[in-house]
Amino acid sequence: MDILPILSTLRRHKITAWLLILEIALTCAIVCNAVFLIHQRLQRMDIPSGIAERELLQIKLAYIGDRPDAYAQAQSDLATLRQIPGVQAVALVNQLPLSGHDMSNSGLKLRANQPDNTLEVASYYGQDLLATLGVRLVSGRDFRPGELLDLKTVMPALHGNEMKDLPHTVIVDQAVAARLWPGRDALGQTIYVGNDIPLRVVGVSASLARPDDLQQGAQYSIVYPIRLTAAEGGSYVIRTAPQDRQQVLKSALAALKRLDPNRIVLGHGTYGDLRHAFFRDDRAMAGILTGVIVALLTVTALGIVGLASFWVGQRRRAIGVRRALGATRGDILRYFQTENFLLATFGIVLGMVLAYGINLSLMLHYELPRLPAIYLPVGAIALWLLGQLAVLGPALRAAAVPPVVATRSV
Amino acid sequence: MQTQGPTMFSYYLNLALRSLRRTPILTALMVLAIALGIGASMTTLTVLHVLSGDPLPGRSSSLYYPQIDPRDDTGYVPGKSQPMDQVSWIDGMNLLQAKRADDQALMTGGSVAIQPAQAGLDPFYQTARYTTAGFFPMFGVPFRYGRAWGAAEDAASARVVVISSKLNDKLYGGGDSTGRMLRLEGQALRIVGVLGDWRPNPHFYDLDVRNYGDSEGVYLPLSTSQDLHLAHLGGSDCWGNGGGGVTPSHTAPCVWLQFWVQLDTPARAAAYRAFLIHYSQEQESLGRFMRPPNVRLRNLMQWLDHKQVVPGDVQLQTWLALGFLLVCLVNTVGLMLAKFMRRAAELGVRRALGASKSALFAQLLVESGVLGLAGGVGGLLLACLGLWLVRRQPADYASLAHLDGSMLATTFLLAVGASLLAGVLPAWSACQIAPGLQLKTL
Repeated sequence: MDILPILSTLRRHKITAWLLILEIALTCAIVCNAVFLIHQRLQRMDIPSGIAERELLQIKLAYIGDRPDAYAQAQSDLATLRQIPGVQAVALVNQLPLSGHDMSNSGLKLRANQPDNTLEVASYYGQDLLATLGVRLVSGRDFRPGELLDLKTVMPALHGNEMKDLPHTVIVDQAVAARLWPGRDALGQTIYVGNDIPLRVVGVSASLARPDDLQQGAQYSIVYPIRLTAAEGGSYVIRTAPQDRQQVLKSALAALKRLDPNRIVLGHGTYGDLRHAFFRDDRAMAGILTGVIVALLTVTALGIVGLASFWVGQRRRAIGVRRALGATRGDILRYFQTENFLLATFGIVLGMVLAYGINLSLMLHYELPRLPAIYLPVGAIALWLLGQLAVLGPALRAAAVPPVVATRSV
Repeated sequence: MQTQGPTMFSYYLNLALRSLRRTPILTALMVLAIALGIGASMTTLTVLHVLSGDPLPGRSSSLYYPQIDPRDDTGYVPGKSQPMDQVSWIDGMNLLQAKRADDQALMTGGSVAIQPAQAGLDPFYQTARYTTAGFFPMFGVPFRYGRAWGAAEDAASARVVVISSKLNDKLYGGGDSTGRMLRLEGQALRIVGVLGDWRPNPHFYDLDVRNYGDSEGVYLPLSTSQDLHLAHLGGSDCWGNGGGGVTPSHTAPCVWLQFWVQLDTPARAAAYRAFLIHYSQEQESLGRFMRPPNVRLRNLMQWLDHKQVVPGDVQLQTWLALGFLLVCLVNTVGLMLAKFMRRAAELGVRRALGASKSALFAQLLVESGVLGLAGGVGGLLLACLGLWLVRRQPADYASLAHLDGSMLATTFLLAVGASLLAGVLPAWSACQIAPGLQLKTL
């Protein structure tokens, strides 16, 4: 197909041609970035928590007024919950991965008197934490029952710098171990927290995600040998078979109410619900972006249909002359298809430059990574296809113009 | 021409409607494109407008949020490190008792169990604000019944409480409940006041609790909350050996309280800044602060700006919608150009019959204005639909997304303005046609 006559025709419709190119370019730029944003959100929503997600339930309780016997109450709660049929394990923990609540963090140092922290990690603690959550130990050991300290004694000791009542051991997850001691064994190493409190690594667990602030490294977590109570913000976590979850949750709530009616259930549900709620904004954003992409492509396609129809109408006579001079229907069809292909190509080239520009400013303001190069060919093919589909109708109508039109005056 | 203005306008309007009716599909396409673009933009702009609004119009310029830096030197970068976003108990009390501002209040968030006296109501949790008395006059909080407590009650850790009108409705059916006793966390507190309708958004005075949504249900003196060991709810940031725990102790190296001051003139603000530097120096010489004085004194709107309270997603959505509007407009310009050029013959006849270029231009602009108005109405409907969808979202600002008068006017201005702008280029190029050339082809 000779493109020179097409170009010379387009030169006579400069403004319209440029408008179409501009529209395709803008659509291309916005769609590329929107698809990239959706991809980012989906990737974020796919982060593994590292725990047995489908087997866990959470119950958050609060007491009315002060509870001096909260630790004794916690033990009888845990014992009662373990008795419920279907319950495999029960824990009382300070926070859960990807839950967005109750952030507890620690700054880790590798040496005492180090001016800056080496790594910011999420700090988990609680009773029977790793076993109940289903986090595998990669090496070393879990905490021994006698090793756990009560949060109510740890807090004053921390403020008074009493080393005796502070933890001496810690379990780090694989991501922390790999980051702090690459290529070396983490077991037996020492880390420092707060005012140089030394902690010896006794175990390395599989990766465990943070509750929130994923941009700080989604998998950096450690576990302290500390117990807490519901009065100190802890929540009960129950492990059970996936199909038993609703039944066990009902029994657990009833059992806790029987033990002490004078407390309020602040929240309960499966871990799946918690994780679902944590990513709700990402899900909503991905939905909105998808809607915008569909709307943009529709508007652009309709614009191409409108302009192409107009051109076909305007050139009816010229088409008739060409047909009379021997051009086949296929020639006419290909003419409009090639014309659209040329316009789309100009638009795509301009659009890719624009897409990178938009991506650069997003990187600057919203901490997004660079647009991967794969978006260029995929975006180009998508817009070429869109253009060809949109122009097909008008082009077929053009091809149907009979040669006899040339002999009539309009 | 001037005297004939209105008649010409109605003539043009008539022509425009006729022309639009002649090509219904193309017209519908253009109106739809404008409506979609306007609808999307107005939805996101309304959300942005609501979220970046002034929570206390008229007062916000004289309210300031002092920041100081009491941390040790771990991670200190001179000139770069920002001071803390809240204050510790010791610094908060020192600054409060210094009384160097026109008014001041020290506060923090909390969560308390309410035990209703009625048999039918189970105990439930309410968010609470523990604050000194300055909170109410300084923020201009309206009262429906009763009054706020005063400095005397603060000093005596009095068992008094102020409740929101929503909680008053729930517990007392909206009646005057002042003087009654409210049981919370096993304690009895006397209700001294019931708030009127007060829902400042953003929730500026404590952005760690939540950024948007309902205000607290219960307000009680900070001193009383500490006496009763009521639970703290909100952000706490610790350094050194601080950390953990729901309610940091008073001596812990943790910041967990908000301190607001009212400074009526810029001169007072400058003096207060100097006082903050002086205070930091004093604490440094006492050995409490390890860093050189590092203070900020931002007013309310500057503070919201600094904390980037408008969610990044909302900003992103606004840019996205404006980009979409741009594509829709380019699309409309193209279609309008095609339409006007198609009518070259008709325009040529009018030119040949004596209509001036400017008359043709005006006629075509009226036509694009009509399109814009139709698109604006469509866009408004779509924006209402869009805002309804936003309100169904789970975000905490969702319930605030409503169209107000100013945004309504903006919608129509944007729609008509945008379509007139889109009509200028096509109308101009259609007017450039030489009348003779067009007549020849007839």
